[in-house]
Amino acid sequence: MLSAADIDTLWLTFKVASLATIILLLLGTPLAWWLVRSPFRWKSICNALVALPIVLPPSVLGFYLLILMSPTGVVGRLTTAVGLGTLPFTFTGLVVASVLYSMPFVVQPLQTAFTAIGNTPLEAAATLRASPLNTFFTVVLPLSRSGFLTAAILGFTHTVGEFGVVLMVGGNIPNRTRVVSVQIYNHVEAMEYSQAHGLAGVLLGFSFLVLLLLYSTLKTNPVSPLK
Amino acid sequence: MTEKIIAQFKLDYGTFKLDVDLQLPSSGITVLFGHSGSGKTTLLRCIAGLQHAQHGFLSINGKLWQDSNQQLFLPTHKRSLGYVFQDANLFAHLTVRGNLCYGLKRIGQTATTKKFNQVIELLGIEHLLERMPECLSGGERQRVAIARALVLNPDILLMDEPLASLDFKRKQEILPFLTRLHNELNIPLLYVTHSQQEVAQLADYLVLLADGKVQAAGLLADTLSRLYLPHAQDRQAASVWHVTVMEHEPAYHLTRVAFAGGDLSVPVIDAPLGTALRIQIYARDVSITLEVAKTTSILNVLPATITDIVDDETGQSLIRLRVGNQPLLAHITRKSAQKLALQTGMMVYVQIKGTSILN
Repeated sequence: MLSAADIDTLWLTFKVASLATIILLLLGTPLAWWLVRSPFRWKSICNALVALPIVLPPSVLGFYLLILMSPTGVVGRLTTAVGLGTLPFTFTGLVVASVLYSMPFVVQPLQTAFTAIGNTPLEAAATLRASPLNTFFTVVLPLSRSGFLTAAILGFTHTVGEFGVVLMVGGNIPNRTRVVSVQIYNHVEAMEYSQAHGLAGVLLGFSFLVLLLLYSTLKTNPVSPLK
Repeated sequence: MTEKIIAQFKLDYGTFKLDVDLQLPSSGITVLFGHSGSGKTTLLRCIAGLQHAQHGFLSINGKLWQDSNQQLFLPTHKRSLGYVFQDANLFAHLTVRGNLCYGLKRIGQTATTKKFNQVIELLGIEHLLERMPECLSGGERQRVAIARALVLNPDILLMDEPLASLDFKRKQEILPFLTRLHNELNIPLLYVTHSQQEVAQLADYLVLLADGKVQAAGLLADTLSRLYLPHAQDRQAASVWHVTVMEHEPAYHLTRVAFAGGDLSVPVIDAPLGTALRIQIYARDVSITLEVAKTTSILNVLPATITDIVDDETGQSLIRLRVGNQPLLAHITRKSAQKLALQTGMMVYVQIKGTSILN
C-alpha cells in the first residue's frame, strides 16, 4: 500500500523529528531553567520570542528563516564562512527550522515543570551539601520527569506534523527534505487519493497512539504548552 | 572567645528591615521567638545562607561563614549545618532511606556509620526507612526531616517552626524527641517558634524578636518574664523554673523539688532523686500576701521581692518578682494591688497554687 518513496519520506521524517527533539531537549532544558529561575528584568521578551512559533503562520517563520539562511543573510554568511554552505533545501536546514518551530512545545512544558518544583527542594538540597549543578541533576531532573516526557513527545509529534516551514525552508526534494506531510500534499495534488490515505492513516494512528501513551503514563493531566 | 555564635545582619526589603547583633551560646537550645513578621525566620535563613544579607557577619564557634567586609559569603552547601523546614520538605522522589543518605553521600559517608543508627533509633524511624515520603504522616515526615539533618553531624542545627504545621496530637508526638535531642546533642540548636509552650519546654536561651529587631536576649527564666510585661493581659503568662527532685512524699502524692533559693511541693513526679526538671508556674496561679498566713491551705509560700508592676486596661496587674534568684510572675487584680499598696522593691510573700511539670 505504501510505495518505496512513501517509506523514504517516513524514514526521513523520523530522522528529522528525532534529531530535532534531541537538540531541543539539550537546548530547551537550560533555556527553560533560565527562564524560570533568572531574576532578569527583560525575561518576558525571551518568553515572547520562545512562544512566537505558536501564533505565527508557519509560512511567515519559514519565510524569515529562508531570508536569514540565504547566501546573503546573516546566518547564511556565517554558515558559508565556516564551510557548511547554505542551509535552505538541505537536511541540516530542515532540522534547524524544526528546532525553532517546535521550541515552545518543549520549553513550555519544562518551564511549567520547573515552576511546579518551586524553591523548597532546592533549598533542602543546599542544606544537605549539594551544589547547584548537583541539585539540578539529582533533584530537579527526577522531580520533573513528567515534564520531560511531555516535552519530548510534544516536540517530536509537532515536528512530525510540520508542513509550512518545511515547504518554505526545505522544499520538496526526495530523500533530502521531502517529509511525510509534504508527500501527502504531493499525492493529493496528483489526485493519488489512495496513497494519500495510506500515509495520512499512518500519521493519524501514530499521533493518536503517542498521545494515548502520554496521557495514560501521566496520572495527572500533562502540562499543556500554553497554560 | 571563639566558642560562641556571633550573628550580625542588616537587611532591607523596603517594607521589612532586619537589624540584629547577637551573641549566642555555643551549645544548648536557643529559641528565636516572635510573632509572624518579626523576622525570626529571616534571621534563621540568613544564618543558613539561604538568604544573603547585604551586611552581615556570622561566626559559628570560631568558623567564619559570612563577613561582608571581606566579601566573604559561604554558600549554603558549603556550611556544616542541619536545617529542618516547617513542612519537612523531604524529596518526594526518594525513599526515607534515600532522603537520609542524600546528604551523607555528599560528605563522603555511607549509612553504615554509628551516628546513622543512633539517629534512626533516637527518632524512632527504623520501620519507615523503605517508605516514600507521601506515605508518611505529618509527624513521621518531620521526624525524618530532623533525622536527615542530624545524620550529617553538623556544627549547628537550625529548625524553622518544625511543629507549626502539625496538629496537637502530632506535636505531642514530636516534642519528646526534641527534649531527648536537648539532652543528647552537644551542638547548638537554633529553634524558631511563635509558640510559648515550645519556648517553655525547650529553650535554654531565648531571643525575642519584633519588627526585625532584638527586643531581649538572655537565659530563659529572665527573658521569659520580660516577654509578658508589655502584654499584662496575657492569660498564658508563666514562669519556668529549673528544679531538682529532692524528696518524695508518697503518703501525700507530693514531691519536694529544690530551686535556686528554696524548695517547693509539687504533685508527685515519677523520677529518681536528683533528676533535673523544668516546671512551669502560671502567673494566674500566683497570689501575694504581705505576711506569712499561718492558716492558708496553700503549701508553697515563699518570700519574694517585687521588681516590676504593669497594669493593663482590664483591671489586672502583672507583678514581676524575684524569689531568691528566680524571676516569677504574678497576675492579680489591680484592686488587690492597690489594697496591699504594692510597690517596686517591696518584700512580700507569694503563694503558689499550682505548678506543671514540663519535662
